[in-house]
Amino acid sequence: METSTIIFYFFMLMTLASAAFVVTTKNVVYAAFALLGTFFGVAALYIFLNADFIAAVQVLVYVGGILILIIFGVMLTHRVMDVELRVKTIQVFPAFISALLLVIILVTVVLETRWPLGEAEQVTSTTRGIGMLIMNDYLLPFEIISVLLLMALVGAVLLARRER
Amino acid sequence: MAEITLQHYLVTGAVLFSLGLFAVMTRRNAVAVLMGIELILNAANINFVAFSKYTAGGLNGQVFSVFVIVLAAAEAAVAMAIILALYYNLKTIYVDEADRMRG
Amino acid sequence: MTILIPLLPLLGFTIQMFFGKRLPRGGDFLCISLMFTTLVLSILTFIRIFSHGDPNYIETFGFEWIVLGDMNLSFGFLLDTLTGVMLIVVSLVSFLIHLYSVGYMHGDPRYSRYFGYLGIFSFSMLGLILTDNLFGLYIFWELVGLSSYLLIGFWFEKKSAADAGKKAFLTTRIGDIGMFIGIMIIFGAIGKLGFHDVFQAVANGEFGGTLLTVAGVCLFMGAVGKSAQFPLHVWLPDAMEGPTPVSALIHAATMVAAGVYMIGRIFVVFTPDALLVIAYVGAFTAIFAATIAIVMNDIKRVLAYSTLSQLGFMVMALGAGGYVAGLFHLMTHAFFKALLFLGAGSVIHAVHSQDVRDMGGLRKKMPITFWTFLAATLAISGVPGFSGFFSKDAILAATLEKAMLHPSTFLLPFLGFTAAGITAFYMFRLVFLTFFGKPRNEEKYRHAHESPWVMTVPLVILGILAVCSAWGGWFQNYVTKPSLETYATVQMIDEHADASHVTAVETSHAVAVDHADDHHDVAHTAHNYAMALSIIIALGGILIAYLTYMKGKISADRMMKKYKGIHTVLTNKYYIDEFYGKTFIAFTLALARVSRWIDTYIIDGLVNGISRLTVLSSDIAGSFDNIVVDGMVNTVADFSIAVGGKLRRLQTGRVQNYILWVVIALLVIFYFKVF
Repeated sequence: METSTIIFYFFMLMTLASAAFVVTTKNVVYAAFALLGTFFGVAALYIFLNADFIAAVQVLVYVGGILILIIFGVMLTHRVMDVELRVKTIQVFPAFISALLLVIILVTVVLETRWPLGEAEQVTSTTRGIGMLIMNDYLLPFEIISVLLLMALVGAVLLARRER
Repeated sequence: MAEITLQHYLVTGAVLFSLGLFAVMTRRNAVAVLMGIELILNAANINFVAFSKYTAGGLNGQVFSVFVIVLAAAEAAVAMAIILALYYNLKTIYVDEADRMRG
Repeated sequence: MTILIPLLPLLGFTIQMFFGKRLPRGGDFLCISLMFTTLVLSILTFIRIFSHGDPNYIETFGFEWIVLGDMNLSFGFLLDTLTGVMLIVVSLVSFLIHLYSVGYMHGDPRYSRYFGYLGIFSFSMLGLILTDNLFGLYIFWELVGLSSYLLIGFWFEKKSAADAGKKAFLTTRIGDIGMFIGIMIIFGAIGKLGFHDVFQAVANGEFGGTLLTVAGVCLFMGAVGKSAQFPLHVWLPDAMEGPTPVSALIHAATMVAAGVYMIGRIFVVFTPDALLVIAYVGAFTAIFAATIAIVMNDIKRVLAYSTLSQLGFMVMALGAGGYVAGLFHLMTHAFFKALLFLGAGSVIHAVHSQDVRDMGGLRKKMPITFWTFLAATLAISGVPGFSGFFSKDAILAATLEKAMLHPSTFLLPFLGFTAAGITAFYMFRLVFLTFFGKPRNEEKYRHAHESPWVMTVPLVILGILAVCSAWGGWFQNYVTKPSLETYATVQMIDEHADASHVTAVETSHAVAVDHADDHHDVAHTAHNYAMALSIIIALGGILIAYLTYMKGKISADRMMKKYKGIHTVLTNKYYIDEFYGKTFIAFTLALARVSRWIDTYIIDGLVNGISRLTVLSSDIAGSFDNIVVDGMVNTVADFSIAVGGKLRRLQTGRVQNYILWVVIALLVIFYFKVF
């Protein structure tokens, strides 16, 4: 077994374990921090997939942006809800069963399908390639995405405003 | 097991997806539900990138995942705004208490 | 114009019944004036008819009433010489009674209603005289019965009066049933009821033999009831319970005469056999009633039985073939009997008693009443010169003539003359006891006084008529016996041709002119004999009465004691009322009781049972509706609610539940797709 394989499995398990923790823990703050681990794990997986740009973007946006946002959200609402003694989860059993079934099905599909694999590519920097694609083939989606971001920005501010 | 194949990544993605779905279906805390959604999106992203590497598609998969990440960010912002609005109006962040449309 | 004659009194009746009480004087002047107008119209009609100078003059007008296929009932008037006379009699007597009643009924609480009843009675009687068909006759016949019931039972607070009214109505009703059967027989045989049509049918031989005799006798039954012949005479004496003017109007002059008039009107319909029955019934009634009149002490009773007897005379006359004689007596009797009743009423009014034993010597106190009463008595006794003499003489002559032609009928004249003698006797007995001798009741005698002018004027008028109405022989010239041939439209067959047909034709001749020439001689002989005989008998009767009650030569009391048995029987009217009471009436009452029982228990029971059944079934239907139908509806509703209640749970309002369902659905799709 090669070292890269072992490291791969490590990162894979780290991701999945963190994700499992996020999903199951009762404490939301812990869950937020576990989510950090998941994101990093995913970023590592990206590296393994030669997607250096994506990995960087993942860390920047997810960890640096979304995770911060989530932690803010947790912190803003956590303290107040702390005194509650109610159950933190609902309909666990049916959800578990259906999720399990789903994963079984998906895994079966994945393993059974004969994927049309192509030849391996050189390991190069993908940044330039991605940039070229965005600016040439995916220009419209790019523009739309920027408008969407603007909308999200305005919308978020509007929604979260407290009425005077 | 000797080589890391496409299936490895796809399975990872599938499991991650199910976990995220489980979190969405199960958790009462709205923020926790948001986390579940992020997991789902990440799982999809992994699939995209994996396919980008292992099939003859070039970098299209990666471009998609860029867009997905951007969308995830926007959506997270809006979701958070909604959660706050929900909190201010219903004084709760437990989603199962937002059952005004209960039959 | 003629139609006004019966309608004016009807108008009086209508007004009186509704407004009478509110009119001044109770409306009597209204009725009197209406009646007077009717009288004037009757006189005019009489003059018009008689001015033609033809005894066979007939005037008719009518209109069709019911037309059903072959059946044709028309209504109309028939005016001939007989009608003319009857109109005068009825309207004159009615008018005089109206006038008299003003005095007699003064102060009665139902004064105005009395005049109303007089009005409807006059209407009915006049209608009866004028009608031209059997159906109309029957209708007015019944109306007359009704009016007489109202008038007889006028003082219905007195039980005896109310009973008398009932008795009159029911007894005449029995006769009316017979009459109705007779009418139905004729209708069944011929299909028409107009007098002219019926006479024509009989004359043509369409209808004859036994059936015609039966029909004739049945029709005669009506007369038996209305004219109070034996055995339906029982109501007339009791009818004296009514006010005296009513007795005068109804029982002397008009209603009872209706029967006689009817026999005269449909005379040609009677076969010789039927006529024989009529004659014997009349004769028997005449003598039967006369015997009872001898022992009566109530003035009105005497006069009532006298009326019965005189009616018997009239009926006997018609039966014996003396058409003219019978109807002539009808007219004269109307005048003098009405006078007798009104005079009696005057006496009763003065003395306040009806019992002869309370009277005596009244001629000094009530001269007008006395002289008019005497005139009437002379008339009824058949004293020459008075109207009654001519008519009674004619009757007796007719019976004698009949006996001479058919010796088997000797009984008729025998009974007739005997009854005439008895009549003279009891009438003069009445006069002597009432007006002559010493007053038997001093107290009443002192109070007695002559009656007011409204009562004495009618007496005088009638008195004049009682004396003069027969003079001049005008009646016999104008009223003639109808003969069947005048109605025949079919040619008379040669007598030698068909023997059976000849017999039929012969029997269908009523009392026709088969031996026209022979009759004249016999008639003359009979007439002379009768005249002589009747004068002797009348004077004989008067003499016996005179000796008994004036001179006291024959003691009435001793006679009474000597013949106690007969006297008792006579006083009790031969016990006929008691006999009827024990048999027919008891039977009818028993039947009524049985019917009532059936009605109460069976019929009502049935009705109640059905009603209970209905209620029960409706209960069942109701509960079925409630339980079953509502149950079904409710079940459906409950089911919907239950299902809805269950399904409602799906709408939790929680998004996470919905997501779970989505995932499950997804899994299901995967399952079907992949495996």
